[in-house]
Amino acid sequence: MSSLTALTLAEARAGLERKEFSARELTEAFLAAMAKARPLNLFITETPERALQMAQACDERRRRGAPLPLDGIPIAVKDLFCTKGILTTAASRILEGFTPSYESTVTEKLWQSGAVLLGKTNCDEFAMGSSTTTSHFGPTLSAWRRAGDNRPLVAGGSSGGSAAAIAAHAALGAIGTDTGGSIRQPASFCGVVGIKPSYGRCSRWGVVAFASSLDHPGPLAKTVRDAAILLSAMAGHDPKDSTSAPLPVADFEAALTGEIKGLKIGIPAEYRVPDMPAEIDALWQSGIAWLSEAGAEAVEISLPMTRYALPAYYIIAPAEASSNLARYDGVRFGLRVEGGSVDEMYELTRAAGFGAEVRRRVLIGTYVLSAGYYEAYYLKAQRVRALVARDFAKAFEKVDLILTPTAPSPAFAVGEKSDDPIAMYLNDVFTVTADLAGLPAISVPAGLSAEGLPLGLQLIGRAFAEETVFRAAEVLEAAAGFHHAPAFLASGEP
Amino acid sequence: MIEGRTGSFEIVIGLEVHAQVISRAKLFSGAATRFGAEPNTEVSPIDAAFPGMLPVLNKFCVEQAVKTGLALEAEINLESVFERKNYFYPDLPPGYQISQYQNPIVGGGRIILDMPDGSSRAIRITRLHLEQDAGKSLHDQDPRLTFVDLNRAGVALMEIVSEPDLRSAEEVGIYLRKLRAILRALGTSNGNMEEGSMRCDANVSVRRPGAALGTRTEIKNVNSIRFLMQAVDYEARRQIEVVEDGGRVLQETRLFDSARGTTRPMRSKEEAHDYRYFPDPDLVPLVLDREWVEELKRSLPELPDAKKARFVKNYGLSSSDAAFLAGDGASAAYFEATAQGREAKTAANWVMVELLGALNRKGLGIAGSPVSAESLGRLIDLVSEGTISGRIAKEVFAEMIETGADPGSIVKEKGLFQVSDAGVIEEAVDAVLRRETDKVAQYRSGREKLFGYFVGQVMRATEGRANPALVNELLRKKLAG
Repeated sequence: MSSLTALTLAEARAGLERKEFSARELTEAFLAAMAKARPLNLFITETPERALQMAQACDERRRRGAPLPLDGIPIAVKDLFCTKGILTTAASRILEGFTPSYESTVTEKLWQSGAVLLGKTNCDEFAMGSSTTTSHFGPTLSAWRRAGDNRPLVAGGSSGGSAAAIAAHAALGAIGTDTGGSIRQPASFCGVVGIKPSYGRCSRWGVVAFASSLDHPGPLAKTVRDAAILLSAMAGHDPKDSTSAPLPVADFEAALTGEIKGLKIGIPAEYRVPDMPAEIDALWQSGIAWLSEAGAEAVEISLPMTRYALPAYYIIAPAEASSNLARYDGVRFGLRVEGGSVDEMYELTRAAGFGAEVRRRVLIGTYVLSAGYYEAYYLKAQRVRALVARDFAKAFEKVDLILTPTAPSPAFAVGEKSDDPIAMYLNDVFTVTADLAGLPAISVPAGLSAEGLPLGLQLIGRAFAEETVFRAAEVLEAAAGFHHAPAFLASGEP
Repeated sequence: MIEGRTGSFEIVIGLEVHAQVISRAKLFSGAATRFGAEPNTEVSPIDAAFPGMLPVLNKFCVEQAVKTGLALEAEINLESVFERKNYFYPDLPPGYQISQYQNPIVGGGRIILDMPDGSSRAIRITRLHLEQDAGKSLHDQDPRLTFVDLNRAGVALMEIVSEPDLRSAEEVGIYLRKLRAILRALGTSNGNMEEGSMRCDANVSVRRPGAALGTRTEIKNVNSIRFLMQAVDYEARRQIEVVEDGGRVLQETRLFDSARGTTRPMRSKEEAHDYRYFPDPDLVPLVLDREWVEELKRSLPELPDAKKARFVKNYGLSSSDAAFLAGDGASAAYFEATAQGREAKTAANWVMVELLGALNRKGLGIAGSPVSAESLGRLIDLVSEGTISGRIAKEVFAEMIETGADPGSIVKEKGLFQVSDAGVIEEAVDAVLRRETDKVAQYRSGREKLFGYFVGQVMRATEGRANPALVNELLRKKLAG
């Protein structure tokens, strides 16, 4: 039984089908792993009772011979997804005690597929951050350590709890959200797979909003196949989300044919940024070589607006956030700090409820939308966004996919960049472009840094071409052969 | 024009009307919209802005707005955008109102005013847009606490903005009644200012004739047409006084105080917002199908202007009577039912003068009238058939409005039949002439205007039931005799 948590989702699914173990046994193994991993602060809320209850139901269905596609698969859910009857915090004090009376569309779909909820994972407060250190519940620590250096490292963010939980074998799969890179960057830092699907592929209904036009729910998993399985269950049109795409959802797992002959892979010159470590550039070159060997053709392309993407992102995302977070006013739910007047109650509640990074972004967003600044900031950023999308559209006339590094560095130590917001924002330099353009993009663990930390490569596809993205990602994954275990597991998995 | 101490001034008024859209569900949620429901019983998590909730546009509200735009002869914008208007208030749960700002669903149109002298005047409509209503803050439930009722939060409103084309309080009244008539004819809004389903802000300025526009003030918080007219009048006179005293009108928002009939400036803290409008990223641009709009246009009901024209043409009513009756769907329908197969002008007179007058005194609307159109029609028939005189008819009507009884039975019960028996009338005539020998002599010596006096005496003697034509005929014969 000891190796149940080491299985991939696909392997566990096969084991359950063959009745090698029950959903209950699998869930219990993960609950034990979660307990052991508590020093990493992966979860804000663990839901062991709910998990066992759900696993029980899975086993009964299987006994009746009517199992669901994900029956018995224990997953972790970023605490940005509203879960009916379960505390939902967005890692913020302002949602203190908030228990939704509704279930997000994405999680509802997962439960309808038979998945089992292990708990709600830690993240940056309101998903604002790249390190899961802005959480009101403290930072999540990575399962990884630098070789010969025991300082705790960040898991990346904002979906750091979800990514680290997979790396620490405390969940078989997880879901997160990606607004500027919040699925792919922690996936890269933690040596797991994470895909941000096309905008509109997964419903945002019931997901605590950060920046509505940029928020993308998506899965994180151990393998490309696992991610494909999860995305198939999560995706689909939702009439409750006006921005949800009314398109059919393919069986993404079926797209994993291993065949990428003739695919054209774009290599954007602009992603070779000045300060990028040589080892990341080298890994990128390896990626090009692996895909070429598999029959794809690498093509140099240009995405000239790339350098303007990050500034545009850090205008648009805070602008939307400043408005989306106005509802946290102490009137109807969550934290309320009483004051002498209603205005004072707002001020005290929001000052006490929001952390520094959230306050910073609300201020930035309020500023860029203000009279006299709107045209210079928000409108200009929207024009940049349209140009970034046009860059991609032009590139995709010539190529099928674009290959880039996921992040400009491996994981850093907790506290290392916390005093410099700009350095922190630079983490998103390779990932924000796909968010701005709404394109599917996946991060695949591809190698280790000199210090022994995971590095990811990113594949970006045409809108709603997740199948192509998954197919090439699996080839990349196989060629990279990333089978390294983090220090936390090496120190003795149960 | 208003006369000041130093000459005349022109008042310039533009109106912003908020009309609640008739729709079972709210603009972006499925919650119900019944008026007068228990507080906070018609609220979805979307209306209460719970985390993760998203708006979904109610297509029926869009249809209502487009119909209204078409009725205002306005351009329908096939692409429009919902934006967020950001401000904090406890009855605005998301901290923003979803509204339309730069790209409204309806552009320029017009409303025709039917002036009392029978002439018409076109007032330009700038735009109509869709937006959410806010909830209600109740400050009078507790000495210390403010209560919030979110039933109204998210209900669809049409904001209908006019150009500054109105020139008097009277025109403001005519405009609002006409707009209300159009909304009611369409079934797109109840247009009831007292219930708050229609609200109106007025932008008022004054100027010397021919001069450039003066500085305007905005009057808010008025809940009836009459009050708004009062407020506009007061505000114009106040501004004229300021100007004549050598002062400057401040651009500000003023609240109407209905108890005093005055306006006062809103505290500056109550306004001075930077709303930070930006397109709502939870919604996509609203794109309408041209064919769908055309279809709605073809399906519009008869509107007050068309009805007025038809009343003039088919019933021969005067322009002002036609406008008056066509201006209210219930009155128009009542009139048409009454006029069916009868002399239309007579029917119009009965409806406008007797019926509406009586209902007004009783504080009733047409819908609550104790006298049905059929019943009133039968009364008119009794007169035209000669069964009762016009004078008796008014008595009968007074009875009908109290009891709702059928005119025929009242006439029968009270024996009000007109007396057309020449013998009976002759007897009465003879009796009067015998009694009034002096007056008869005067008449015969040339005081012919005494004729009316004799008629009156005969009618009195017959309790008004004598057929007036016969009375005239017999009197003439006998007096000549």
